[in-house]
Amino acid sequence: MHTKSISPWKEAVQAGLIAGAIAVLLNLVGMTTAFSGRYIVSGWFTMGQVLFLVPMFILAYTTARKIAPQPAMHTALAGLVCGVIGSAVQAGLVLLGQVVNLRAMFINASPQLFEILTFGRDLPGLLLLLLAGSIMGVVGAVIFLLPERLAKSVLQALLWILLLGLLRDLVSTVTAQWVIKTKAFPDWLGWAGVLITSLSTFINKTIYSASGLKPLSAIVLFLLVGAWAYWRYGRPKRARITGPLTRRQQTQRVLGLGGIALLFILLPSILGIFFAEILDNVGLYILMGLGLNIVVGFAGLLDLGYVAFYAIGAYAMGVLTSPELGFFNLTFWEALPFALLATVIAGVILGLPILKMRGDYLAIVTLGFGEIVRLLALSDWLRPWLGGTQGIQRIGQPTIGSIILDSQQDLYYLFLAAIGIVAFIAWRLKDSRIGRAWMAIREDEDVAMAMGINHVATKLLAFATGALFSGLAGTIFAAKLHSVYPHSMNFLVSINVLSLIIIGGMGSIPGVFVGAFVLIAAPDLLREFAEYRYLAYGALLVAMMLTRPEGLWPEERRRLELHEEEGEVPLGEPPPVLNTPGG
Amino acid sequence: MALLEVENIHSYYGNIHALKGVSLSVDKGEIVTLIGGNGAGKSTTLRTITGIMKPHEGHVRLEGNDLAPFKPHEIVYKGVAMVPEGRRIFARLSVAENLEMGAYTLTNKSKLNQNMERVYKLFPRLKERRSQVAGTLSGGEQQMLATGRALMADPTVLLMDEPSMGLAPVLVELIFDTIQQINKEGTTILLVEQNALMALSIAHRGYVLQTGEIVISDTAENLKQNVTVQKAYLGME
Ligand SMILES: Nc1ncnc2c1ncn2[C@@H]1O[C@H](COP(=O)(O)OP(=O)(O)OP(=O)(O)O)[C@@H](O)[C@H]1O
Ligand SMILES: [Mg+2]
Repeated sequence: MHTKSISPWKEAVQAGLIAGAIAVLLNLVGMTTAFSGRYIVSGWFTMGQVLFLVPMFILAYTTARKIAPQPAMHTALAGLVCGVIGSAVQAGLVLLGQVVNLRAMFINASPQLFEILTFGRDLPGLLLLLLAGSIMGVVGAVIFLLPERLAKSVLQALLWILLLGLLRDLVSTVTAQWVIKTKAFPDWLGWAGVLITSLSTFINKTIYSASGLKPLSAIVLFLLVGAWAYWRYGRPKRARITGPLTRRQQTQRVLGLGGIALLFILLPSILGIFFAEILDNVGLYILMGLGLNIVVGFAGLLDLGYVAFYAIGAYAMGVLTSPELGFFNLTFWEALPFALLATVIAGVILGLPILKMRGDYLAIVTLGFGEIVRLLALSDWLRPWLGGTQGIQRIGQPTIGSIILDSQQDLYYLFLAAIGIVAFIAWRLKDSRIGRAWMAIREDEDVAMAMGINHVATKLLAFATGALFSGLAGTIFAAKLHSVYPHSMNFLVSINVLSLIIIGGMGSIPGVFVGAFVLIAAPDLLREFAEYRYLAYGALLVAMMLTRPEGLWPEERRRLELHEEEGEVPLGEPPPVLNTPGG
Repeated sequence: MALLEVENIHSYYGNIHALKGVSLSVDKGEIVTLIGGNGAGKSTTLRTITGIMKPHEGHVRLEGNDLAPFKPHEIVYKGVAMVPEGRRIFARLSVAENLEMGAYTLTNKSKLNQNMERVYKLFPRLKERRSQVAGTLSGGEQQMLATGRALMADPTVLLMDEPSMGLAPVLVELIFDTIQQINKEGTTILLVEQNALMALSIAHRGYVLQTGEIVISDTAENLKQNVTVQKAYLGME
């Protein structure tokens, strides 16, 4: 049973140590404790337990894959080793906590954490911890041994259970407000009211318990999702559509798009007030993402100061409309074209000095530009115009006729309209001559020039378009809050937008939507996550780069390039994260 | 009047005087080769012609018009296309997309298709692999693609920078046959090469460049017989 290159036992020990380290990290930053109250399956296990046990599961699975092919017994044993070591490391943490006062350094190494790790049974509970860890390791390794189709289905079903369990509170909030809405239904819709009410009761009383899924429904859901996934993975892959669409495909596509549009229009009504705020936030980031996607994704110009244009849009709207400053007192719609013009000009002004820069230099200079704009907004020097630290209040709100668009729901539709227009423009630009010029500049600027592309105009246009979209987001943001403050224009906004593009898929328009929902909506939906937002972003980015560097919804070409022939990404070859043409 | 005329150009990289008064001319329908060793200034000459570098002194003329006031991309519109040193294909785009990029100056879609057909006829290999990601092509195929991409713009003058670089002899032969073919179809060619033997076998005339200066200029036949050339570039004693 000697292997030539890698020793399975060494791998298993290593994986166990890594799993233990990850779990200890999650424990010490407080995530385990924060999620300990949230049951996934009521009475069975909480999200906190998932956090400190799942690392062993994942690492056992990856180890099994790494050391394959091995006899089944060895794979299971390797999983066991990984699980035991991973949980032993945590047991070590608990023991250490008994002797030394860890709290002096790690505020989260609290008695509560130790109670969670020992399943509330003091030191004997450590045996339970070891047992749970071993089970995790063995199960993780054994899943790998299943036929691929079955393994994928099981994993998917597990993920769904986790997700559905986590979303319990949200689902119950949503369904509760459905029931309230049915009260206002006219008589002839009474049957629908009854239907909705009983659906809501079914969801809240039968599927879910007061916290998490009910055990029985968890099992049923697991089987249902698993069977569905199993069926889906068995289907032959749909061939990519090439050439002109047939009549039927065309109707399908139109119906599909229409369905999505209708869904988005009805979304605030379906989800209720609580979600409108979150959706507005997502909308804001989608707008900015679509803009930055042009600059970074299409043209390959890494801009880290993107928040500057957002700030300029918002401040321009403030200066033009606020009666407090009293310069112009325009209405929102009157001010909009001027504010947008200002951002476009800013885009060109930033673009000019950095035309010759590439890659890292470009990133640093744009970063500086973002900071300069923020500092100018903060400065005493410009206080009479921009309000300094106080910002600008009483910014004009958009109106339609005599209706003021000020509720979250109204603003949602404003965002929706803006996104519709911007996404359409981005989509058309992408397939245009300009889009091709951007692509050429992104791939190789010198050669692009040799193809007859005017690199100055092309780059400036990318910056200007990106600035325009971001500026539009800024103006709506100003109108939404009724005010602007310099502190909301910080560097993290740029980073968020960049991250969402990377996660969605560089250069992909649907990717921007997916990325915004994942990065912006998810932390808002799970309040416990909010505190660990950036930790989660970091972990997500690393995980993505390792397993899916092309993003969640990649542009077709990126997928082709990174997964030739549906093969795996070659290991050891760092994926191109950002395209920064050599400088 | 020569189609392309380079008159006494001096080019610098900072303080490095890379071209010290280079003059050459290419007539319509010719294949002219510029041979020289590493660092002689061959690529610099091409860079100066395409406008990427501006000469400190001297003129580049196309059909008698001075190109000095024009930007690199404008010079492409005037009919000068380049196959860059080291191919420089768009590695992440497909073969067909690379070719489309080459036709950026064309606004007429049917003209584009016509040129694409022409390229596919010259290089049937590219047609077979038209949807392949260009970065995964072999070196020879990449050279075909770089050449085809330059042809997509319908150039009157094609500048080629060391097309034989890093290719096996069979492939070099194939590429050079195609260069001759392209020339017969009416494109004027300025060919920069270190592989003097191959270059002189297809060229009408040639220039020898040494540390930024043209040292010999003659017909290809005579250059092949020239003792200095034989010693320095043809590897004969
Ligand atoms: N970007 C640059 N900066 C500074 N010096 C340069 C640069 N590019 C070229 N040179 C110098 O200019 C001279 C001519 O270079 P050039 O690239 O034209 O040579 P070449 O004849 O094309 O050589 P090769 O056959 O190796 O490609 C060389 O001495 C080179 O070092
Ligand atoms: Mg060279």
